[in-house]
Amino acid sequence: MSAAPAPSPPRAVTASAPATHDAAGPPSRWVRLRRSRWWRHRAAYLMLLPGLVWFAIYKYAPMYGVVIAFKDYNLGLGIVGSPWADPWYKYFEQFFSSPYFVPLLRNTFLISIYKIIWGTIPPLLLALLLNECRRTWLRRWVQTLSYMPHFLSWVIVFGITVAFLSQSTGLVNRTLESLGGDPIGFLTSNDWFRSVLVGADAWKDLGWGAIIYLAAMIGIDPQRYEAARVDGASRLQQIWHVTLPGIRTVVILLFVLRLGHILEAGFEQVYIFYNVQVYPVADIIDTWVFRTGLESLNFSLAAAVGLFKAMIGLVLIVVANRLAKRWDGQLW
Amino acid sequence: MGRPAVVTGREDRIVNTIVNTLLVLVAVMAVFPLLFVVSASLTPYSEVLRNGGYVVIPSEFTLDAYRQLLDRPEIPRAFGVTVFITVVGTAVNMVLTTLLAYPLSRKDLPGRSVVLFALLFTMMFGAGLIPTYLIVKSTGLLDTIWAMIIPNAIWVFNVLIMKTFFENLPIELIESARIDGAGEFRILLRIVLPLSVPVMLTLGLFYAVGHWNEFFNAIIYIRDQDLMPLQVVVRNLLAQSQSMENVEAAVPTVTVQMAAVVVAAIPMIAIYPFIQRHFQKGVLLGSVKG
Repeated sequence: MSAAPAPSPPRAVTASAPATHDAAGPPSRWVRLRRSRWWRHRAAYLMLLPGLVWFAIYKYAPMYGVVIAFKDYNLGLGIVGSPWADPWYKYFEQFFSSPYFVPLLRNTFLISIYKIIWGTIPPLLLALLLNECRRTWLRRWVQTLSYMPHFLSWVIVFGITVAFLSQSTGLVNRTLESLGGDPIGFLTSNDWFRSVLVGADAWKDLGWGAIIYLAAMIGIDPQRYEAARVDGASRLQQIWHVTLPGIRTVVILLFVLRLGHILEAGFEQVYIFYNVQVYPVADIIDTWVFRTGLESLNFSLAAAVGLFKAMIGLVLIVVANRLAKRWDGQLW
Repeated sequence: MGRPAVVTGREDRIVNTIVNTLLVLVAVMAVFPLLFVVSASLTPYSEVLRNGGYVVIPSEFTLDAYRQLLDRPEIPRAFGVTVFITVVGTAVNMVLTTLLAYPLSRKDLPGRSVVLFALLFTMMFGAGLIPTYLIVKSTGLLDTIWAMIIPNAIWVFNVLIMKTFFENLPIELIESARIDGAGEFRILLRIVLPLSVPVMLTLGLFYAVGHWNEFFNAIIYIRDQDLMPLQVVVRNLLAQSQSMENVEAAVPTVTVQMAAVVVAAIPMIAIYPFIQRHFQKGVLLGSVKG
């Protein structure tokens, strides 16, 4: 019942300001509390309580836990008891000067950028096709089928990938061999692995990504097509001059917002797909943090790298949101 | 909605044909890989050996791979774990999400913006894997089934979707109930929830799919193999032969591997036709207000 704190003056919206000018006059503390807006909403605060406790424990307490990035964390001594690292930036320095710093950053950015490109253009094209389709039943079927893979887990998608690309038994390699070629170890080759990751991602989210573009296209005023037709525009010209300009804002917005998450190259997918042979091209910040922290038990170093990533991520997301808002206002 | 279909000449017919053909190709691309996996799992192992790999349409079908798979004790057990975390986890998700979203949908609630900011901030900045792991550890969840339910009990994004939905409910209904003396919990149960079936279904499905596909929390917080969910067990089966690419070691299990993939996918695909409408609604709900 910590939900109803000390009474506050009726106008103070920013809450939690305790009543400094304590009551000496007639209305007692209790009466004032019962009259306050806080008390009126006590049931609402009671509802909020479980969720807020959860956020405090599982979201905000770990934010305090990041101090281990600046400590020599020792499992026995705990977060509070562990000694501070000697220069406080010891683990950051260790990471920046290590040989894996550049490859990790490169892999994270490359995988992410390819995923953004292949997660934008094909869905956009699919949305255009769906928008041009005049047969409602076909459109509905294609939509339903095409966004089904989005709900499959990465393990299932990995299983499908193995069925096609396994060096020994995969369909693609059997076909290559029957055509006289040599089998390719797609899943173990440093030349192919990133393409496999990006391709699987593009397949999984092709239909799902198209939904939002299609919704934007449906929102375009039909009169604009009418006007274009009167001017003698062909179907392709209508796409070029009406449909594409009509969804430009949405496309830019989504693109910018995805750029804000560029450090999220997809831990789960990479972890499920990769193996030791492809670490040079596949290891991203998140997989490295996982192995360093939970397998090598180097908690402080892993936490430092995680913090480094989270800080850059925060800046990117804030900038991306600002940009998105600016465009939003300008074009609509 | 959409554009009026205008019957016109040859160009239109050509465009229509191209569009329709490409769309059929997209549909095939989405479905064929799954059908291929199913077919591979039904192929007799001897035929895979003879062919040197998977075939698209085997000469005969057999359930041998499924029998071998289900003989492994870990598969039925993992299935049970996954069903448990899906059912219990989704229930926990929905209760906590609703209890947050309803008060936050009340624009007159003092302190609302502070709470909203606290939630939104966690979407932009996370403490990271290691500190979160240490907190989960210190709350005693490590190596329990609850480690796959509690640490991600609330998705902020879903709270926002539900809050937006509640905000758009007719306020008069709620106000008049309040004048009649109904308490907040009563209003939530008797008036708001019955009006919110669509959003509840959609978000419940999103949560349930997340739990069915559970992998991340399991590999971080669980060491006990008996507690591993289906996806982790299937991934381990798939990895077993992939690390030894030599044919003799790989072949004995390849059809079993595919059977495992099918078993992990089937419940999802079986209910998909009935629920897909709600998913599409969900993504559009989310995009209205992020």
